Amino acid sequence: MEHIRTTKVEQVKLLDRFSTSNKSLTGTLYLTATHLLFIDSHQKETWILHHHIALVEKLALTTSGCPLVIQCKNFRIVHFIVPRERDCHDIYNSLLQLSKQAKYEDLYAFSYNPKQNDSERLQGWQLIDLAEEYKRMGVPNSNWQLSDANREYKICETYPRELYVPRIASKPIIVGSSKFRSKGRFPVLSYYHQNKEAAICRCSQPLSGFSARCLEDEHLLQAISKANPVNRYMYVMDTRPKLNAMANRAAGKGYENEDNYSNIRFQFVGIENIHVMRSSLQKLLEVNGTKGLSVSDFYSGLESSGWLRHIKAVMDAAIFLAKAIMVENASVLVHCSDGWDRTSQVCSLGSLLLDSYYRTIKGFMVLIEKDWISFGHKFSERCGHLDGDPKEVSPVFTQFLECVWHLTEQFPQDFEFNEAFLLQIHEHIHSCQFGNFLGNCQKEREELKLKEKTYSLWPFLLDDQKKYLNPLYSSKSPKFAVLEPNTVSFNFKKLSNVKIGKQMEFSPRNCYIQFILNHLPSKLPCVLRSKLCCL
Amino acid sequence: MEFSELIRTGRAQAKLLRGPEAPPLRGTLCVTGHHLLLSPGPQATSDLWLLLLRRVDSIEKRVSGDSGTITLRCKDLRVLQLDIEGVEATLDIARSIEALSSLESVITSFPFFYRPKGLRLGDAWHFHPPERYYKRVARETNAWRLSEVNEDFSLCPSYPRAVIVPRAVDDDALARCARFRQGGRFPVLSYHHAPSGTVLLRSSQPLTGPQKRRCAEDEELLRAALAGARPGARGFILDTRSAQAAKQARVTGGGTEAKAAYPGWKRLHRPLERGWPLQESFVRLVEACGDLEQSMDRWLSQLEACHWLAHVKEALSTACLAAQGVGREGACVLVHGAEGTDSTLLVTSLAQLILDPSSRTMAGFQELVEREWIQAGHPFQLRCAHSAFSHARPKHEAPTFLLFLDCVWQLGRQFPLSLEFGEGLLLALFEHAYASPFGTFLCSSEKERCLCEVRTRTHSLWSGLNQPKEQRKLRNPLYVPSPLAIWPSVELQTLRLWQGLFLRWIRPPEPSEVAWEKVWQIVTDKKTEGCEPTVSASEPRL
Repeated sequence: MEHIRTTKVEQVKLLDRFSTSNKSLTGTLYLTATHLLFIDSHQKETWILHHHIALVEKLALTTSGCPLVIQCKNFRIVHFIVPRERDCHDIYNSLLQLSKQAKYEDLYAFSYNPKQNDSERLQGWQLIDLAEEYKRMGVPNSNWQLSDANREYKICETYPRELYVPRIASKPIIVGSSKFRSKGRFPVLSYYHQNKEAAICRCSQPLSGFSARCLEDEHLLQAISKANPVNRYMYVMDTRPKLNAMANRAAGKGYENEDNYSNIRFQFVGIENIHVMRSSLQKLLEVNGTKGLSVSDFYSGLESSGWLRHIKAVMDAAIFLAKAIMVENASVLVHCSDGWDRTSQVCSLGSLLLDSYYRTIKGFMVLIEKDWISFGHKFSERCGHLDGDPKEVSPVFTQFLECVWHLTEQFPQDFEFNEAFLLQIHEHIHSCQFGNFLGNCQKEREELKLKEKTYSLWPFLLDDQKKYLNPLYSSKSPKFAVLEPNTVSFNFKKLSNVKIGKQMEFSPRNCYIQFILNHLPSKLPCVLRSKLCCL
Repeated sequence: MEFSELIRTGRAQAKLLRGPEAPPLRGTLCVTGHHLLLSPGPQATSDLWLLLLRRVDSIEKRVSGDSGTITLRCKDLRVLQLDIEGVEATLDIARSIEALSSLESVITSFPFFYRPKGLRLGDAWHFHPPERYYKRVARETNAWRLSEVNEDFSLCPSYPRAVIVPRAVDDDALARCARFRQGGRFPVLSYHHAPSGTVLLRSSQPLTGPQKRRCAEDEELLRAALAGARPGARGFILDTRSAQAAKQARVTGGGTEAKAAYPGWKRLHRPLERGWPLQESFVRLVEACGDLEQSMDRWLSQLEACHWLAHVKEALSTACLAAQGVGREGACVLVHGAEGTDSTLLVTSLAQLILDPSSRTMAGFQELVEREWIQAGHPFQLRCAHSAFSHARPKHEAPTFLLFLDCVWQLGRQFPLSLEFGEGLLLALFEHAYASPFGTFLCSSEKERCLCEVRTRTHSLWSGLNQPKEQRKLRNPLYVPSPLAIWPSVELQTLRLWQGLFLRWIRPPEPSEVAWEKVWQIVTDKKTEGCEPTVSASEPRL
């Protein structure tokens, strides 16, 4: 509270972003410990969570007052005009402080109280049980077993405690392999396809440099390919562009040498790194946020942002993976540099294409919990939860959600959830209201005692399930109904078109939905409405 | 002339490829006067496959060994490939298709032979003439009258027999007005906006010429239009050319209204693309959509370079401007370009969709198309002679009507509950405007249609579309009538490529078709349950 100087300012104007004439609403602005709240003369409330604020700008003083522009991480942009400059300055300074916290303990999740007792809270955390999920996939079985090597986070700090590995891979092999992999992230099971008996595995890059080898690592890869009784060769997908992977060799890292590993087929898929993605989104938002652009400026801006190209690259990789399993019956090992960004994108999207369970509401939660949270996608750093290194921030998870959105567009009947569900998850990776996305890996989460001090998001989403149901969903599809979004030749075409149009809604999406709501003289549930805009 | 002279060969064995998704079809190929038939043979289960030859836009033949391949690119943007046994047969069939698909004569075209079961000749032809619209206007105001001055099409060959004009102007004055406007298209009422009492008018450019001629009757007509709306009402003349182009038109005898001659009227210029550049934009867009191997960046730059969405944006924003003048400013608006048969109609018809809830119904929209495009003299015969694939030297082709349909589609996407019709109707209109078994889009004006006896000798498209079995495809299950104007967003961020049309034959249709069917089911179930869908206006809360 020490940051708040002014708690209430009256006669503040909120500019309407959608009207061409500069219309505005007049009302009162309140500053609380967690939210900025604007109530207009019709008693309509606009809430902005401090953690959602990406950027606050105080523009030059005008005759009507001092403009304050707030850009949010959920792509909302709010434009206030505060009559007195001193008030504006106070609020500006308070927001600067409040939107960037230095300690986890100051985040909203630690003070958020939905009025539940401890057992309800615990129950909420137990809703998603990954051991249960591996059982559903069909492991452990004769080829795969649970390894206790990382039970105390001794081998790899950023992996979960429970890891599944080939039954024939002994502990010394695992330990040896982990020493040969960046950050100790050795190859482990991500998804097991019961029908095909093929597996998706994930790891980080090998520390191969120009010539180093590691027999244990070679053994482990061989064990993975042997765990597949049908097909003896396996794919190793390096999701980086080849050039980046080569550059890593100079630093003693790199990629697998096909000559040293028997029965592997090595493949680059060329997804750019987090820094490229961050500046791509930045450019995209600039293009989207500018009103009255000419057609050619708009499209060349869209093109030069490269955002759609990156989305296509991620989708391409996931489709490659799904095909390797479905068509060739081969197991696949996926890695990038550290194996927590691009690897998570590709593994999770690939599983989503293969297994219809992940296309349900509960299944999608499980997928995020497994491939993103437990395998150590650095949510806190990527979303900038704390005041930290801005170079670590990157919209990797946002891209994943967008890819899923494209799939829901192409397959309107195959997903149990709708756009609002994806949007809501996107809200909460930044909101810091629930504990799920805090921290960068499981070990850190345990140290923060999140399960005792904060609540889990998933039960709240499940309670609100009705809002997130896709009315067109047909649950009849069998478990392994594979989505084939775009076989390379002509499919990307369609996809790209989906994107072009879609594009626009994604970025100012919340605003867009609200825009539709405001302008539709309609009576249908908004779920159906937003659905149909896309049909 | 006999068709048999043009048919070189009766039949041949062939295999038909209908795009990447559909399975190939084998059978006996046969060319008739109006159709290409493929009969799959006695053992096959599938039905006869039939293609209207007029639908073929371009044809490409290739022979190798003892077989040949014909690629047919259709006006509805579909691409078909025929693999035919025998070189001679291939060449003969190709030549026959070429000759028969480009017949110019109207009265030998298929609509004059088409006699479907369940429809009667003459049905629905009288659904939507201007007389019917006048009845509605007459209920709302007394300032306008129906004039039959163009009874014999002598005043204006491209207008219908009856037009709606200010009551204060008599037929003789109209005749002199007509001589002052290009093609005789004097200002007539396009839409009466009952809430404000103001009107939307359309005409062609005045023939001021280099001497800046004036015409007292024309000035009187526009003055009467203002007076009829409300004493002291203002007017806007919306010229769909740039100020520069309007000025240049004086050299060739055209021009634009002089400010001094029309007190109360203010001139605005909103240049809209027309003619060949618009056709070229269409061709390039279709080309880009057909290129399946390109990278994301190339696709984006091609999409930009073809400018199609820029045209959509311009058309919508100009229509918004006209609608704003009539609906919000309480002013009269006169729209014209040069000839007044293309971009003028685009603007007036879109403005009505924005303002007038009744034009957003199924019947109202059909009436709008009939009144503002067909009766108003949009030269369909010339504009839609060829589509995007044709190699023929272009003469008068322009996809103005397609641009209109695209704009309507954008409206429907932005306001999913406000149009009673769905994408299906727009697609059907696109298809039928370019090639149709019905007579509705034949000829370029009402005068020509009378000469060809289109009304009595062909079936109306409207009677074809309004059959009960077609309804589910054409209607929007989510439609909820609303009395409000729908103001679309024209920002590029909200405009989209009309995939349903431009990628119709490239992407598999099933997912979206099945989804459409499902929406129908949900809505029908809800209705039978008797529960009204409820409002859930709450925004996802934090």
